[in-house]
Amino acid sequence: MNILVFVKRVPDTESRIRINQETRSVVEEGLNFVISPFDEYAVEEALRLREAKGGQVTAISVGPEEATSILKKCLAMGVDEAVLVKDSLKETYDGLRIAKMIAKTVEKRFPSFDLLLFGKQSVGADGSQVPAMVAELLGLPQANIVTKLEVEGSGGAARREIEGGMEKVVFSLPAVVSAQKGLNEPRYETLRGIMAAKKKVIPVVTLEELGLTGDDVAPRVEVVRMETPPARQAGRIIPGAPEEAAKDLARLLRTEAKVI
Amino acid sequence: MILVFIETREGKVKKSSLEALGEAKRRASELNQPVGAALVGADMDCLNPEIFSCGADTIFLLGNPQLASYSAQGYAIALDALAREIRPRAVFLAATAMGKDLAPRLAARLGVPLASDCTKVEVKDGDLEFTRPVFAGKAFLTVRLKGLPQLATLRPNVFPLAEKMETAGEVVKKNAAIPDGAIKGKVAEISKGEGGDIDVTEAEVIISGGRGMKGPENFALLKEISAIIPRSAVGASRSAVDSGWIGHQHQVGQTGKTVSPNLYIAVGISGAIQHLAGMSSSKVIVAINKDPEAPIFKAADYGIVGDLFQVLPAFREELAKLFA
Repeated sequence: MNILVFVKRVPDTESRIRINQETRSVVEEGLNFVISPFDEYAVEEALRLREAKGGQVTAISVGPEEATSILKKCLAMGVDEAVLVKDSLKETYDGLRIAKMIAKTVEKRFPSFDLLLFGKQSVGADGSQVPAMVAELLGLPQANIVTKLEVEGSGGAARREIEGGMEKVVFSLPAVVSAQKGLNEPRYETLRGIMAAKKKVIPVVTLEELGLTGDDVAPRVEVVRMETPPARQAGRIIPGAPEEAAKDLARLLRTEAKVI
Repeated sequence: MILVFIETREGKVKKSSLEALGEAKRRASELNQPVGAALVGADMDCLNPEIFSCGADTIFLLGNPQLASYSAQGYAIALDALAREIRPRAVFLAATAMGKDLAPRLAARLGVPLASDCTKVEVKDGDLEFTRPVFAGKAFLTVRLKGLPQLATLRPNVFPLAEKMETAGEVVKKNAAIPDGAIKGKVAEISKGEGGDIDVTEAEVIISGGRGMKGPENFALLKEISAIIPRSAVGASRSAVDSGWIGHQHQVGQTGKTVSPNLYIAVGISGAIQHLAGMSSSKVIVAINKDPEAPIFKAADYGIVGDLFQVLPAFREELAKLFA
């Protein structure tokens, strides 16, 4: 199997987010950047499929030069090759813009593949847009927010979460699949993997090389404002013995807060 | 026109789609535009009259036997063709599992950007502005979208339904043309989960357990309470999920789900930043924790400092009386 797995560099989930009001964007100074957690499930699934069926796994990131660090991590986890598609713009929150770059990269550089794997969303932009957009641009079937994946011959089946249950999606290959927590348990990098990753050269693809210029990659999401929400005020502690406090709580939620 | 995709499950219209329709109605009135509702499927006779009273002026029924079960490809083809024909100003979908799967596919097909999981829609200078949480609610982003139609998914349980109107409107039936072989993936089977019918993202009340629950068996306490409160669901912190006490679909927080219920009850949850991000837009927050220093109390409207195993049974009993 020839698998392409797409990863994004994001601030880790411990981060406190500060906003530069002038640029209407996140202050990156002092943030620790990591591979988006959902992408790790995608990388792990790609490696497991390769171990079961043979083939090749390539990790691809669209982003700044610094995204090489997460590609190194993918190499250390065991992917065969890694490629950076260099995009000098910071987060634009325009999923279609990124999806176009990915679709072009696939068409021009990796025309023969069986599976495109993504995380179900990037932590931060939280858009859940790119996988389905890439699927549409390339005319492929999709299965998103997947917690179980089976691939056999020329097709596959995926279990995905819906409200109050699960949906089984069947599809032909090649296909787009996005990973949800629960799909697997991502492995740690090995020391040998880390050493090998250090030596590996990560090719850089520019947007010009993909034939994307000007209008193709101009963001079409205009950020009007970016704000942190007002901090919540601590309310009151209901006094008394636990049983009494519990009863008071139920009554207050009915009569005062009017939420039940 | 503002067009709203109306999702149905087992023939029933999703409440979150009607919420999106309500928001479409309010914004469309400001823009002096009509509201359309689009349903997609094979059997288009089971029409729900609620759709008119919840804000639609016109209902479009897009039918094709190939659309009997959901496929993002098939549904996107049907909606794309309708949008190209009627040229709506905006298209709204509920940010449900189906809406999140379908909307980006439709956006790419129409060649327009998408605003995901919006919690606010406004009209400013004649243009639509969409506000949505990023970083699971640590920040809020307000955007304008270039290109028409302006496509957005709206978070469930945030937008009120339209005031009920006794209206009837036009019903337009259309055959959705699906080219042979265009659908390469579709839903083959749907199974009910153990989590109940309502997902945490749709629930009006969430009762969540964390490390303080001490073990998987104690989540039964939360499930019993959820069973008493209508439209409620059981949630969990990351540590409870990672300990294997409850399925990850219940996880609230930055690597789980971001929720905005009317009431969020955090039981035995200390309140790590990733968890707070995912639930701090709840209207009312309750914290039950034995540690008075737990950060969750700083975000809670009501708090009980005490042993949850003493608090929960009494709370359940009192709720049972209130809901009797």
